[in-house]
Amino acid sequence: MARQTPLNEAHRKLGARMVDFAGWDMPVQYSGIIDEHETVRTAVGLFDVSHMGEVEFTGPGALETVNGLISNDLARIADGQAVYAGLLDERGTFVDDVVAYRFSPERILICVNSSNREKDFAWMKAHAQGVTPVDRSDDFAQIAVQGPKAASLVQRLTKTDVSKIGTYRFAEGEVAGIPSIISRTGYTGEDGFELYCPAKDAVALWDALLTEGQQDGVKPCGLGARDSLRTEMKYALYGNDIDDQHTALEAGLGWIVKLDKAAFIGKEALVAQKAAGLKRKLVGFELTGNGIPRHGYAILKDGARVGEVTSGTKGPSVNKAIGIGYVPAELAAEGSTFDVDIRGRAVPAVVVKTPFYKKP
Amino acid sequence: MANVPGDLKYTEDHEWARVQGKVVVVGVTDHAQTSLGDVVYVELPKVGAKVSKGDAVGTIESVKAVSELFSPVSGTVVKVNDELSESPEDINMEPYGDGWLLEIELSDPKQVDGLLDAAAYTELLKNA
Repeated sequence: MARQTPLNEAHRKLGARMVDFAGWDMPVQYSGIIDEHETVRTAVGLFDVSHMGEVEFTGPGALETVNGLISNDLARIADGQAVYAGLLDERGTFVDDVVAYRFSPERILICVNSSNREKDFAWMKAHAQGVTPVDRSDDFAQIAVQGPKAASLVQRLTKTDVSKIGTYRFAEGEVAGIPSIISRTGYTGEDGFELYCPAKDAVALWDALLTEGQQDGVKPCGLGARDSLRTEMKYALYGNDIDDQHTALEAGLGWIVKLDKAAFIGKEALVAQKAAGLKRKLVGFELTGNGIPRHGYAILKDGARVGEVTSGTKGPSVNKAIGIGYVPAELAAEGSTFDVDIRGRAVPAVVVKTPFYKKP
Repeated sequence: MANVPGDLKYTEDHEWARVQGKVVVVGVTDHAQTSLGDVVYVELPKVGAKVSKGDAVGTIESVKAVSELFSPVSGTVVKVNDELSESPEDINMEPYGDGWLLEIELSDPKQVDGLLDAAAYTELLKNA
């Protein structure tokens, strides 16, 4: 039996098409992926991301404990700021990618991927030196409000001045009378918020956003649009673009790895890899022939398999067949060419600068 | 409820066939286009290709997924809808009209008798 978020019934009432996603019964689309994608690029869309997990560290030493687990550095940011980070194993490959919220040095909240919730929590419990983590996943629901009209929509529902919340910053306040963490983060490339609220209040918050957002053209959006939006930004998806087989450096996520901070799991392996040089890299490419690249397709050079597509789609905003994949370092430069094996056809592709989508 | 025109024949793989003498026009049903979601790319066989009933003769890709297109009959491909390379969304908008896929000249005209009629296909959808 698939797990359900507190908004499951709301999705069904809105006519969503539901699918099994990592053991969760989730909406893949409502009006259509392209329509929802364009709504987020031009107006505002709502995503139920309550299936994501939350792990909390509270008490003296919370910051130091989490800093020993994640690749980014919580000591460099202020209270009220968040960082994107890797939970890495000793080889520098991913246990998961997470967002860590610094409320204070004694309270850190980590948002983890739904598919990795149990694994991450067990891993953090096993590796945390100091503060013991608490799994808060079932306490929170999470709604992402994404698009150029997200700020005005959320502002009309809260007394918190959202113009004071910068990118990757957050505040605690009430939205539609519901206590929420208002976080200026997202996974779409658009301005927006991720609102964390008590699970029991999720339906009320969702309904308030839908009702108030009518004048903005708000639409509920599913996992399909979330995937096409994030692919156009080349944001990594765990299980596709990042996993426990590729290091954070190979994934092009060196910017979330602070090798100069105190010890964290995976640091030594990455220091060594950096010194030795990377053999493969994650790149963004466009097809110059016909077809659409998909996860798992082979990347070929002169007929030989040299890499693999990790994500791909026809990007609705860029109107091109775009893909992400691992290639040997010598093929990683912009302008490099290779082929993608699309069901037996070798279709030419070229490495391009990412993100694929740039705001007009 | 999916639109199932009464004058067409259907397959269990959700293709439709419009029989016009020795030639059959083929497309995917309203139900199929709804299930696929936004169609963004179509791969069709070449004109002149010989196909057998049940052969995978092309692919239809939506934003999310790749689906095979199966030939409902045996024969020779005599025409393909080239417009779809420019506007694959026609399959979503008009699955029985501008979204047609290809025309096959039947090698055995009796084969169309083996296809489902609208009532049988509607029944199949009910049980899907």
